[in-house]
Amino acid sequence: MNRSTTKDRTPSTLKLGLLRGNIEIRQFMRQRESVVFTIAFPLILLAIFGSVFSQDIAPGVNFSQYFVAGMIASGLVNSGFQNLAIMIPIEREFGSLKRLRGTPMAATSYFIGKSILVFVTMLIQVLLLLIAGVAFFGVDIPTDPYKWFTFTWLIILGSAAATTLGIAFSAVPKSGRGASAVVSPIVIVLQFISGVFFIFTQLPGWMQQVGAIFPLKWMTQAMRSVFLPDSFASQEVAGQWEIGKSFTIILIWLVIGLLFSLRTFRWSDR
Amino acid sequence: MTRVNQVIDIKGLRKNYGPLAAVSGIDLHVSSGEIFALLGPNGAGKSTTVEILEGFRTRDSGDVKVLGVDPAIGGLAARQWRNRIGIVLQTSNDAGDLTVAESVKHFSHYYSEPRDPDEVIAAVGLTDKADALVRTLSGGQRRRLDVALGIIGNPELLFLDEPTTGFDPKARRDFWSLIRKLKSEGRTILLTTHYLDEAEALADRVAVINKGQIIEVSTPAELGGRATSLAQVSWRENGVTRIEKAPHPTAFVAELAARFGGEVPELIVKRATLEDIYLEMIGETDE
Repeated sequence: MNRSTTKDRTPSTLKLGLLRGNIEIRQFMRQRESVVFTIAFPLILLAIFGSVFSQDIAPGVNFSQYFVAGMIASGLVNSGFQNLAIMIPIEREFGSLKRLRGTPMAATSYFIGKSILVFVTMLIQVLLLLIAGVAFFGVDIPTDPYKWFTFTWLIILGSAAATTLGIAFSAVPKSGRGASAVVSPIVIVLQFISGVFFIFTQLPGWMQQVGAIFPLKWMTQAMRSVFLPDSFASQEVAGQWEIGKSFTIILIWLVIGLLFSLRTFRWSDR
Repeated sequence: MTRVNQVIDIKGLRKNYGPLAAVSGIDLHVSSGEIFALLGPNGAGKSTTVEILEGFRTRDSGDVKVLGVDPAIGGLAARQWRNRIGIVLQTSNDAGDLTVAESVKHFSHYYSEPRDPDEVIAAVGLTDKADALVRTLSGGQRRRLDVALGIIGNPELLFLDEPTTGFDPKARRDFWSLIRKLKSEGRTILLTTHYLDEAEALADRVAVINKGQIIEVSTPAELGGRATSLAQVSWRENGVTRIEKAPHPTAFVAELAARFGGEVPELIVKRATLEDIYLEMIGETDE
């Protein structure tokens, strides 16, 4: 069979990325387990922790509010890092990645699709946590535009970093089936040492130092600057919100994730 | 730059995994429009060869051209090349949460000159299942979907890896007519299979590969001297079954008939099947 022409009339990488995003979301929404796991689970945790530990931790601030901020920050890590680091090894094991690699679609389109999936699930998760926080746990929606500015870059930068780290880490699990056993404990430990389940400043000093290496600690802290009164800044480790530092450290992790995912991403096992 | 009648062109292909030689010097040429079957036992180097041709694996040495392009290229050139080939892989359990129609339509966006998705779904006989979720399909239906995804881009060359494993006999026959139809449209097909009857039914030429080398390339009818091999005549005489190799079986049977004065008891005349020949060939190299 001869084709008279083989010009490149393939749709653009970006357009294919958007189409991939659409397909990814459709598949995700049809997997009831993953929808429940990523979206309902944080809400259940919020209901339990927020109700059990509701004592005041500073004047005008109770633990529920502290916890809601931490859970919203965790949502960035759940939808990006945890979701992708579990999902990609499964796709690799089932051969979806190899099949895609056999087509003219560029790898970039695949990653754009994944980023769209992460962003959409992240938005749903953050929105639900926010609604629950406002409705049941005394979280105040900020009125200061600067806080909204912080919130906006934080969820974008935070989920971008979590996405690249999730893709990078997807090379670690040996099988799709084992992926969640490798990934989930990491996220839970991070949540314990980053000021989600406990108040960060009450952790032992060495634990705070370990926590401060990882981006989740900085995401929770920046998220508190959005949802807690400014008077609470004095209760933080440095006595201030350290928003610029949070930005820089999350950005560094984004770059680390990007470099690693470019080097370690594998389309198939072996 | 594509030579029209050389779709696959391999010279001196070698690939080692550590100290183990998986492919040790293969030459192979597949012409436009033919169904070419690659036969060989597990671990013979078959999959390695095919994966190198598909651009999934790198080679250690040798010249490889597929549609005139080295499969080891990258970037935009690789994507333009992939636009012209279709790959049906061996295992696939992916994308179970999409419907057949969604999957085929989505894959059509990857190619510059795709076929009509509905038409492709009809061609593989899945029209009734177009709106079914992929995970609800039977094994045979899934395989048909795999083929649909492999041909949606209207490929010049189609790789088919063990396409009918796990099929019932009826499904295999149906699948074979689908493959013949794809050939009649002018496509070149590289088939790997464990089923000798499948190679015989479909392939214009077969190559037997063992221990990383090609033992023979031939038509299924002529492989291993099959066409000229002696026929075997067996019959029953004086209470025992007798077997003779006959260079001229027709004359031999006529003689027998004359001797018995009519019907020869339990007469069977048979020639070596492709499977007999194949097993002998890969057994020979075992020493």
